[in-house]
Amino acid sequence: MKLYDVTELAVRNLKESVLRNSLTTIGISVGVASLVAMLSLGIGLQQLANRRLAKSGLFDTVIVTSRRDFRSFSREQDENGPSAAESPALDESARQQMERLPNVVEAYPDIRFITELRLDEKSHLTMVTGLPPSARNNDAFEGMQGGFFSSETAPEVILQKTFAEELLGRKAKFADDDKVSVAELAKPLLDRQLIMRYAERTATPATSSKGSEPETSGAAYSVVSHDQALKIVGISDLDPDSMRGQARGRAFVPLQLAQQLHVMQSSDLRDTTNLIGGKPTYGSVQVRIKSPAQVQDVEDAVKKMGFNTFSIVDATRSLRRFFAVLDLFLGIFGSLALAVASIGIINTLVMAILERRREIGIMKAIGASDADVRGLFFAEAGAMGIFGGALGVALGWTIGRVINFGTNVYLKKQHFPPEQIWFVPWWLILSAVAFSIVVSLLSGLYPAGRAARLDPVQALRYE
Amino acid sequence: MASAQDNSPIALRAENLCRHYRMGETLVRAVDGVSLQVREGEFVALLGASGSGKSSLLNLIAGLDRPTSGAITVQDRDLAKLSRAELAKYRLHTVGMVFQSFNLIPAMTLLENVELPMRFAEIDRRRRDDLARAALKQVGLESRAAHRPTELSGGEQQRAALARALINRPELLLADEPTGNLDSYTGTEIMNRIRDLNESLNMTVIMVTHERGLAERYARRMIFLADGKLGRDPLADAARPTQAAPGERA
Repeated sequence: MKLYDVTELAVRNLKESVLRNSLTTIGISVGVASLVAMLSLGIGLQQLANRRLAKSGLFDTVIVTSRRDFRSFSREQDENGPSAAESPALDESARQQMERLPNVVEAYPDIRFITELRLDEKSHLTMVTGLPPSARNNDAFEGMQGGFFSSETAPEVILQKTFAEELLGRKAKFADDDKVSVAELAKPLLDRQLIMRYAERTATPATSSKGSEPETSGAAYSVVSHDQALKIVGISDLDPDSMRGQARGRAFVPLQLAQQLHVMQSSDLRDTTNLIGGKPTYGSVQVRIKSPAQVQDVEDAVKKMGFNTFSIVDATRSLRRFFAVLDLFLGIFGSLALAVASIGIINTLVMAILERRREIGIMKAIGASDADVRGLFFAEAGAMGIFGGALGVALGWTIGRVINFGTNVYLKKQHFPPEQIWFVPWWLILSAVAFSIVVSLLSGLYPAGRAARLDPVQALRYE
Repeated sequence: MASAQDNSPIALRAENLCRHYRMGETLVRAVDGVSLQVREGEFVALLGASGSGKSSLLNLIAGLDRPTSGAITVQDRDLAKLSRAELAKYRLHTVGMVFQSFNLIPAMTLLENVELPMRFAEIDRRRRDDLARAALKQVGLESRAAHRPTELSGGEQQRAALARALINRPELLLADEPTGNLDSYTGTEIMNRIRDLNESLNMTVIMVTHERGLAERYARRMIFLADGKLGRDPLADAARPTQAAPGERA
């Protein structure tokens, strides 16, 4: 029998017991829907995590420190490479060298200091961090109130939400339902002036016997206290500096401004006794790389220069593994429903054979081969698979949308920006339908074989 | 009585044909050592009481069942040696069957029922439609093409079944009690059609019936079966001795 005829007969047979076949098809579609919903959720979550992490700058950043200050990131780094005394200084020339490495977007010194910020004559201590212009694209500024710095040296400040709360005299609250929106905090703070009191490091002529070139010598300096007025231009909801753990900044100024102010850095103390002498060094340098794929190469190159490095590439690897496992589990749970549905198909087709026993006998008597009968039942199973698959994808898609909508309603209540936690890629739609057809065909194997083997004499006697 | 078929080639030959099967502990000999030949263009009636084995013999001839032993040759092919697929092809192209209970598929219209063997024969759609409509027209059911079997009378159903049996132009028409579910008027009508086919197309007809009158009226030869074996005509022995082989009456 031609494929067209098989299909036509199969569809018309399905229409004959429309209720039963519809129920079976709905069973399949529920199975497919659960599979699609689960996997699209898994994929969506993975994408969300990837997106967030990529934007957070965690994946394309390498933090470089000097071996001289014994701030290595692992025991392996402790044991390998040049000894602390022989390692190079992390200074401007080293920074420039890193910036020239292939695939490096920028390398900028990490400037952070604990200082006093005054608002309304009330002083608050916090960590201030310099931000390069590229930080504008950091996802932490997505939900920011106000705007980014107007220029690289503008005397402006962006506050992290918790610090803004502190400035307004509100205690940080941990209960989720008691959170204050950034917009609420921004109203009384934006465009106001903060006074930053900081310690400026000014070079003084060296007192050593050599004593020449006092302007380039960092070995001796004096510290002078200064005030700097800063205009509050933005309040950020999230933490732009989360990678730094406890040392993360809560007030941010333009990096170039911070450099110009020559604020005393914690690493400066060491410079007073260093043997290299002369040039100022950086506590750490952040190297931004074009894409996370090139992080390892850059990291290796920087290590070769004799510095300690840290990147989160390894963390991504385990994250990917986590999502692979998550997808697998979600897929298995989704497939369970489809397995139940496949039993439904077998049941429906076996019932159909019983009901249509005589019809099968007639068909065989008038010339249908085993293959014709098998093909017919197979096609019926396949048709249920196609309809169930298509319906299931639509249903799964809808469930995903509803979950997404529900989550966003919740996020909105919690004053978080909306997120896409659900994603249905094309391949998922196609493979879900294909999977449904394959499962249906497998379910149809036994009934179709049974129908094909039916003895026509017995079948014709059946009433 | 010499007839035109006496010189015709042999359409069917059964040699020592047996169909035995077990029913619990008992061995049922449905067909037990039957040997016979049917020539092309013959109209043969298989007669016998209920359970005599006539339908079992017809099923063997139809290729619906396989003999336990013996041979059954149609057009030089031993049906016992054909594969399942070859047997299906034989049923599709060589044999047309008409049943007592019509055996039309209730979910299909008459047109679809008549078309069905052509689907299995993979005949082009458009041609199929034309042929099926022509076949229905021949049996006077053109206007009923879109009706389902349950909407038709018994006679109409049997006419449709006849149209279906003939649609692939078989050489052998097998009829199993074709008038069994029909009133005498409709039965006659159906039988006249079968006789017309036999005479006009020289189609070989083998009909199973338990109605002797019907067999005498239409068949040119009667074969009697009893307990799965060929038997003598119970009436013939007394009335007039015959030259025919055992089990047959010309």
